[in-house]
Amino acid sequence: MQAIDFVAPTSVDEAISALAAGSGMARPLSGGTDLIAQLQEGRLALDTVVDLKRIPELMAISINSDGLTLGASVSCHSINNSQAIRDAYPALIDSTHLIGGTQIQGRASLGGNLCNSSPAADSIPNLIAHSVTCHIAGPSGRRTVPVEEFCTAPGRNVLENGEFLVALEFPAPPANFGAAYLRFIPRNEMDIAVVGAGASVVLSDDGSTIQSARVSIGAVAPTPLFVQEAGDALAGQPVSEETLAKAADLARDAARPISDMRGTIPQRKHLSGVLTQRALRIAIDRARGTKTVDELGRLNGHG
Amino acid sequence: MDMAKKIAVTTTLNGEESIFLCEPRQTLLEALRDNLGLIGSKEGCGNGNCGACNVLLDGVLVNSCLVLAPEVEGRDVVTIEGIAEDGELHPLQQKFLEHASLQCGICTPGFIVSAKALLDDNPAPSEHDVRLWLAGNLCRCTGYDKIVRAVLDVAEGDS
Ligand SMILES: Cc1cc2nc3c(=O)[nH]c(=O)nc-3n(C[C@H](O)[C@H](O)[C@H](O)COP(=O)(O)OP(=O)(O)OC[C@H]3O[C@@H](n4cnc5c(N)ncnc54)[C@H](O)[C@@H]3O)c2cc1C
Ligand code: FES
Ligand code: FES
Repeated sequence: MQAIDFVAPTSVDEAISALAAGSGMARPLSGGTDLIAQLQEGRLALDTVVDLKRIPELMAISINSDGLTLGASVSCHSINNSQAIRDAYPALIDSTHLIGGTQIQGRASLGGNLCNSSPAADSIPNLIAHSVTCHIAGPSGRRTVPVEEFCTAPGRNVLENGEFLVALEFPAPPANFGAAYLRFIPRNEMDIAVVGAGASVVLSDDGSTIQSARVSIGAVAPTPLFVQEAGDALAGQPVSEETLAKAADLARDAARPISDMRGTIPQRKHLSGVLTQRALRIAIDRARGTKTVDELGRLNGHG
Repeated sequence: MDMAKKIAVTTTLNGEESIFLCEPRQTLLEALRDNLGLIGSKEGCGNGNCGACNVLLDGVLVNSCLVLAPEVEGRDVVTIEGIAEDGELHPLQQKFLEHASLQCGICTPGFIVSAKALLDDNPAPSEHDVRLWLAGNLCRCTGYDKIVRAVLDVAEGDS
C-alpha cells in the first residue's frame, strides 16, 4: 500500500497550492464517503489528500435575497439541520435525507456527490432542478459552470487538473416555486438509485398555470440528464395530468439506460416517466404551498 | 512500500485530551484499534455499509472507517468506550442487556453509539424514527426487533 501525505489548508489559495504540489496526484477530500472507501479498496491512485473542510468558504451556508451559497464540503447533516435551507429550499432535503444512512449523512457533502460524478448520484438531478451554478477555483483563477454541464462521463467532470469545487450557488426561489426529488430503490433505505428524478416548477399566482419547469433524471445515462425539452413542453401549460404525462413521455424518451443488476432498460425507461410525473406533482404541490400531495392527486382526479 | 511518515494528532478522545501518532492514510478506526488500543469500535465492512465502527465526531454520528485519522486534529471524538459514565453503564447499554439485544456482539458498539446520537437529537423517537435512524447499522444475528425495543425502552424511560 503506497504512503500518502495529508494536508488541511485553511484558505482557497492554500488549497490550490496544495493540489498543484507533488506529482499531480493530489485529491480533494470532503466527507470521504466515496474517496476513503475507494482508497481503502485500492481503486484510487493518489499521493496527497487535501482536506477541504478547514476552509471557511467550503463549509459556509450563506442565504440572502440573492439565494443560497452552499460550501462544497458542507455535510448533508448540516444541511438537514439548517432551518434557513429547510425554509427556502425544502426540496433539497429530499436528497440530503436519503444519501446513505444517518452516519453517511454526518459526512457526505453535495460537493463530493457532484464531484464523484456517479450517474446515479442522488443530489445531481435535484441540483439541476434548482438551476445551481458551480463555483470552481484552480491555478488559473475562478470560473463558474451550470451544474447540468458539470458531469461529462461516469466518474468524470469538467474539473481540470488542480481545480476544485468551492461552492454551489442556488438562485433565490421565485414566487410560486416548488421542486422535488424522488428515487426508486428496491429497499426502504441504503441503496443506489435504479432511477432518480428531480423536477421544479414556477406557477402562475393562482397556481393554475406552469410558467416554467425543469426536469432531470439520474441513473439512465452516463451522466445525470437535464431533460430540457420536458421543461419546455410544460411552460405556459395548465396544471393537468395530461400536461404532466407529456413531460413524463419526454423524460422516458430522453432516458438511454443500460441493463444491469439493479434494473433493465425497459424498467428504467418506464421509471423515468413515472418518477418524473410524480416529482412534478410534488413540485406543483409545494409551489402551491397549501396543498398536500393527496389533495393535489384528488384535484387531478387521481385520489 | 514507502516509509510512511507519521503525523501527531491531538484530539479530545472520550473527554480527555489525547495525542497519538498515525500514518496519513490510516483511518480513524484503524488508529483507534491499532494505535490507541480502543478495540470497542469494530470493523464489520470497512466501507461505510455496516455501522459497526460508529463514533461521534464533534457530536455527529460518523463511520470511523470512512474518516482519515489526521482529520480529527483538534476535534472531539467519542467512542463506545466513552459511553458509560463513572463506571455506570449508559441506560442504552443496560437495556441492550435486559432485552438481550445482542448475540455475537460485533454490531453492538455501533448500535449503541448510533442510538445515543439519536436520543441526543430526539429524546422521544417513534419506532419508525428508530428504525430509520438505525438503517445504516447492520446486524446479522438478532433480527433487529430486540435492538429497536431496547432503544424505545430507554426513550420512554427518559420521558
Ligand atoms: C454506505 C454508503 C451509502 C451511500 N449512499 C448513497 C446514496 O444513497 N446516494 C448517493 O448519491 N450516494 C451515496 N453514497 C455515496 C457518497 O456518500 C456520496 O456520493 C457523497 O455525497 C460523497 O460526498 P463526500 O463529501 O463524502 O465526498 P468525498 O468522498 O470526500 O469525495 C468524492 C469525490 O469528489 C472529490 N471531491 C470532494 N470534494 C471536492 C471538491 N470540493 N472539489 C473537487 N473534488 C472534490 C473527491 O476527490 C472524490 O473524488 C453512499 C456511500 C456509502 C459509503
Ligand atoms: S466498518 Fe465502518 S461501516 Fe462497516
Ligand atoms: S449481534 Fe451479531 S451482528 Fe448483531
